[in-house]
Amino acid sequence: MREIDSTEIRQVVRDLAIAAAHDLEPDILEALLAARDRETGELAGNILEVLVTNANIASRDRIPVCQDTGTGILFLEVGQEVHIRGDLQEALQEGVMLGYEEGYLRNSVCDPLTRMNTGTNTPAVVHVELVPGDRIAIRFLPKGCGSENMSSLVMLPPAAGTEGVVRHVIDRVLAAGSNPCPPMIVGVGLGGSFEKAALLAKRALLRPVGEKSRREDVAVLEERLLREINAQGQGVHGFGGITTALAVHMEVFPCHIASLPVGINIQCHAHRHKEIVL
Amino acid sequence: MKTEPAFFENLLEVALPFAPEVLASLKAGQLVSLSGTLYTGRDQTHRRLCALLDEGQDLPVDLAGQLLYYVGPSPARPGRVIGAAGPTTSYRMDIYTPRLLALGLAATMGKGARCAEVRQAMLAHGAVYLAAIGGAGAFLSKCIKKAELVAFADAGPEALFRFEVEKFPAVVINDLEGRDYYALVAAASRCEK
Repeated sequence: MREIDSTEIRQVVRDLAIAAAHDLEPDILEALLAARDRETGELAGNILEVLVTNANIASRDRIPVCQDTGTGILFLEVGQEVHIRGDLQEALQEGVMLGYEEGYLRNSVCDPLTRMNTGTNTPAVVHVELVPGDRIAIRFLPKGCGSENMSSLVMLPPAAGTEGVVRHVIDRVLAAGSNPCPPMIVGVGLGGSFEKAALLAKRALLRPVGEKSRREDVAVLEERLLREINAQGQGVHGFGGITTALAVHMEVFPCHIASLPVGINIQCHAHRHKEIVL
Repeated sequence: MKTEPAFFENLLEVALPFAPEVLASLKAGQLVSLSGTLYTGRDQTHRRLCALLDEGQDLPVDLAGQLLYYVGPSPARPGRVIGAAGPTTSYRMDIYTPRLLALGLAATMGKGARCAEVRQAMLAHGAVYLAAIGGAGAFLSKCIKKAELVAFADAGPEALFRFEVEKFPAVVINDLEGRDYYALVAAASRCEK
């Protein structure tokens, strides 16, 4: 059985946290560049240009892309044939703590009632899944709350159907206005249960920006949603133009015959994410 | 790739705090470049300011005539003025804003639309609302030349700071004549359809 030490995982998470805050991945950078090149709105185009410049400054001068360096969300796929020496959960939390301290990232986590800042940006939210194999995949998604606050979960009646889902998603995106820092990425989780739909919506954000669903009818729906959202004309930061969203990603899962759960997780244009496989 | 965004080509240079006649001349949709002094605050800053008012105490700073920027900056690396410092979403401050406007606060700056009560209070007290560029925290960091802690140090990123800014870009959203730029954009896109 392959062995991985938890101290290695701690170090990797620290590095992922720092890299995520400063260096946008090619998928989002390319999406922003493509949006800039096709944008028709003058102010919107200029702001997209600023966002590209912002990403370059962040990476070059080691200033976070956005001051909201987020709640740490960790997705782990742990191979069943891996033995982790030490405490995995502790290693993950310590890794986040170290990354935020040593990377000069903002501590944005507080008690929900007292609102006292925990001072370490922990606890991070951790999702662990067991998978076949002897590797560990770690994905770090620091999630800012301008966009997270515009997310939602609703249990639609099955009779709402595809049209009901489309209407609901568009309504939520329009209601979000300029709050979530558009151009946004819209993660939609369709089906499952109450918590599954929310998790699917978040997982949808992990897909490379603009990559279509492998299910053809879902890919068609993603394309329709993107087209209809962008036709509304809210645009970059609510300043008009054709780029309210960069992508719509939808993940589906069978659900109860009485139910149609719809989770919507909105992501801002500062779509920070880092992945590594150990 | 262009290095200087075209955004900067036609900005109106404005000194902070605002001269009353400049404040009155601003128009929704106008791009401005701010230089001078402003104060910062976000959720907990507002909660604490209003708690002081509840207790009949003085605020740590006189906000009359000033601009309050909704930001919770990331920490400065050694030798730097500040970390990333872009705007946070403004609606969360709506509940507190009319009270601060009544004290003479001349302007607020963040991102996203304000509620009807805040828009009415701005009209009543002669205040404007600006949007800074959301998610451009590294870029905007370069426009901040000095950052001084004023109050609530224990609130971390939610402390109240005084910033000296130079050529800090923003868009006028709500002007003194009651116009709202987000609403104007939405109305224009409805007309195009």
